[in-house]
Amino acid sequence: MSSRLTSGNPLMGFVHRRRRGAELFLLVLSLVVGVGGYAAVGLGVEGHVPADIVGYGGWLAALCLVCHVVVRIFAPYADPVLLPIVAALNGVGLAMIHRIDLANLAQNEDAQTFARDQLLWMTVGVVLFIAVLVVLRDHRRLQAFTYTSGLAALVLLIMPLLPVIGTEIHGARIWINVGPMSFQPGEVAKVCLVIFFAGYLVLHRDALALAGKRFAGIDFPRGRDLGPVLAMWLVSLGVLVFQRDLGSSLLFFGLFLVMLYVATERPGWLVVGTALFAAGSYVGYLLFGHVQERVDAWIDPFHSDNAFQIIQGMYGMAWGGLVGRGLGQGDPTLIPFSYSDFIIAAMGEELGLTGVMALILLYGVIVERGLRTALVCRDAFGKLVATGLAVTFALQVFVVIGGVTKLIPLTGLTTPFMSYGGSSLVANWAIIALLLRISDQARRPLPDLSGPTDDDATQVVMLR
Amino acid sequence: MNKPIRTMSIFCMALFVALLVNATYLQYLQADDLNSRNDNKRVRDAEFSRERGAILVRGDSVAESRPVDDEFEFQRVYTQPKRYAHLTGYYSYTYGRNAIELTQNDILSGSDPRLFVNRVVDLFGNSQPKGGDVSLTVDPKAQQAAYDGLRALGRNVEGAVVALDPSTGAIQAMVSSPSYDPNALASHDLSKVQQAWERLESDPDRPRLNRAIQEVYPPGSTFKLVTAAAALSSGQYEPDSIVPGGTRLDLPQTDTDLVNENGSDCGGKKITLTDALRVSCNVSFGYLGMTLGADTVREQAQKFGWGDKYLDDLNGQVESRFPEDPDAPQTALSAIGQFDVAATPLQMAMVTAGIANGGTVMKPYLVDEVRSPDLETLEKASPEAYRSNAVSSSVARDLTQMMIEVVDRGTATTAQIPGMKVAGKTGTAQSSPERPPYAWFVSFAPADDPQVAVAVLVEDAGVERDAISGSGLAAPIAKRVMEAVINR
Repeated sequence: MSSRLTSGNPLMGFVHRRRRGAELFLLVLSLVVGVGGYAAVGLGVEGHVPADIVGYGGWLAALCLVCHVVVRIFAPYADPVLLPIVAALNGVGLAMIHRIDLANLAQNEDAQTFARDQLLWMTVGVVLFIAVLVVLRDHRRLQAFTYTSGLAALVLLIMPLLPVIGTEIHGARIWINVGPMSFQPGEVAKVCLVIFFAGYLVLHRDALALAGKRFAGIDFPRGRDLGPVLAMWLVSLGVLVFQRDLGSSLLFFGLFLVMLYVATERPGWLVVGTALFAAGSYVGYLLFGHVQERVDAWIDPFHSDNAFQIIQGMYGMAWGGLVGRGLGQGDPTLIPFSYSDFIIAAMGEELGLTGVMALILLYGVIVERGLRTALVCRDAFGKLVATGLAVTFALQVFVVIGGVTKLIPLTGLTTPFMSYGGSSLVANWAIIALLLRISDQARRPLPDLSGPTDDDATQVVMLR
Repeated sequence: MNKPIRTMSIFCMALFVALLVNATYLQYLQADDLNSRNDNKRVRDAEFSRERGAILVRGDSVAESRPVDDEFEFQRVYTQPKRYAHLTGYYSYTYGRNAIELTQNDILSGSDPRLFVNRVVDLFGNSQPKGGDVSLTVDPKAQQAAYDGLRALGRNVEGAVVALDPSTGAIQAMVSSPSYDPNALASHDLSKVQQAWERLESDPDRPRLNRAIQEVYPPGSTFKLVTAAAALSSGQYEPDSIVPGGTRLDLPQTDTDLVNENGSDCGGKKITLTDALRVSCNVSFGYLGMTLGADTVREQAQKFGWGDKYLDDLNGQVESRFPEDPDAPQTALSAIGQFDVAATPLQMAMVTAGIANGGTVMKPYLVDEVRSPDLETLEKASPEAYRSNAVSSSVARDLTQMMIEVVDRGTATTAQIPGMKVAGKTGTAQSSPERPPYAWFVSFAPADDPQVAVAVLVEDAGVERDAISGSGLAAPIAKRVMEAVINR
């Protein structure tokens, strides 16, 4: 990327440019996509540009600009690509949710609408985004909250199982009632878990990395060090069993495994973890009807009683073809939950393969920017948090889009920034704020040359 | 820690590549399969609201799409619903398509590859894609004569008429009775459509059944044409060869004898083959069947089309059948079109048309021409031989002469047309004592230059048992159809 050599720091070699102007330019493009999508929906469905286009577009633009200004002031060296991509995804998602609202209203005047709520949630997300950047000036402070985060994650995961506040919606017990709203604590638990894992692994990675036996060219860990892995495995299985939430279970375990591997640099953990995962999946398949239903619907949807949704999703995407029907020209209401879990199918129908590929690539770029941040980050904790957040994101996108497009069995997860759902949207804005904070730290020129820290020394050794 | 982070980058990239490849498979490679599935409401809705092409008979539409002011924008209208119901079929939102609406759907809906250029033009012109027209081979006068003829026997008469052009195989008329109104199934009022469908389904007369092709019946004495063809083709018989007549034929291995209709004696103990056909002598043909053997008769039947499917333009044509391994008495009964011999009216029309066409049976077809929405001809039917030598031309000539005798001086005088030679054969088939016999008549005219071959079946006209005969019920209908074609 854009770096230039500076002469005063022979070890780090170069200093990153701020690139805030580039961010603003990309942000304007994103707004054109988001607001343009909203206008296209109005044109496609009603034949004219929506009456509230100025108010809506203005609000969206204001949110984006506020984000940009906050980043400019509080994280000037942060990655310039992340915010525009998120703005584009959020804008396109809003346009599609609005489009599905209109279709539902056409069928039933009293139908529930989601776009307005989603815009509100986006606002809440942006507020949290700003709060994270303003309050958290250095991500390393989070390391102090390692065990607090772990406890918080546990509480958040258990909350839906409690009576009164916990509710079961569509077969998964992953919701809690907060006043008139329902909230998915698992989305926030995800972030807490990343912080907890990173803090824990930074402290224990030497023990986990160094002790062990070598077998078949791979270093395998000691038995006693398996404790935390097994604990996490059990927590994931618990999520699967008690909350019937296949997607989160897979996500949490995958996340832990990846962070463990990155912290210890030992592929042996991946082997052990994958074996545990395979065993857990197989036992889960044998024991639980809802897992079997999902797998059967995946293997042969046209001869399964539980594949209606996935078949409708596939029909929608096939109907969209290469270039799509055009916004407002398809029939996304035929797909159950096209405004939430199945929004990518609605995108596929109206924007076509071209649109779906663009969206997948945008997600891919977010992950790439997250991992790049991890690479250039100077401290182990930041590296682990950035890797964890990026990989969570990648896994979540893979699991939900792969599930909808029948690449893997369908599991319930939200499509980040596009699906309707407050908890997911707010949590993902916070994730992006954390990534920006870490990348700001990572890309910022070193304030003084008072000698490298231990981490830097380690890094230099390994670069050889 | 950078090495595992790089490894994870590659892992994540693999995940995203898998998503991209899979999306391409789903939306590009697999899309056609998914779009053509029956339960795909999306495709059905889009097709249902398209301006579908018309089904034409000699330039007049019998099915067309008219603009209406509702969510589907176009209403399918059948202008002569009952007369053409089994040819046009129906186009229903709930119950799908049938007959020409089904077999020619690609053209009618506009999704045929040959209409690709039209679709692209429509796309850029921002106009809705339109379907092409399908023109049928049907002669509207013959169709009307056939329909009116059956209806004249009673409102709920069960029967069928098929008329073929012997030299091409073009279907000039095809009527099945009772008929139904396809408009009731094409309505946009879906609850009314459901009621209409359930009424049709529960009707014991099964109006949706196309009796001309979708059901087989014992052909009775009309099958004697096949037996006679087998006898003449064997080289052992000539039209004036002497065969046994009389009142009864002893059936081996049984206590019963084969007798003639009404107990007649066929005009003597020894008669010619021509006379045997003229008076429809069961004794003679039962004897011929046993002498020739079941295999010979079956092979002759297969040459005319038994055991095969040959009609592509309509769905659901069933195969006519001849018993697998009959013993001697069963062979005798089979030779006169009883026992387990069964044929569709179309099959009997093909036997007749084959004889009329000098022994060559033409492949039957109903679609004459398909046209693009801008009236450009995309495909014109070209007649093709189905069996070029079902019988030799000399046998065909002999059979024609024998059939002329049947109409001139035999059982089918009711089919005579003044100033013209008509060749025909009657049939009255018993199936079981509980139900009335089937009345058949097959014929072609003019005998020296055949322009039309007809098969008429009256399954149940609700008349007295004694009044049921091929010559009484079926031949007059055949006569009207032949006249309609020839005097056009």
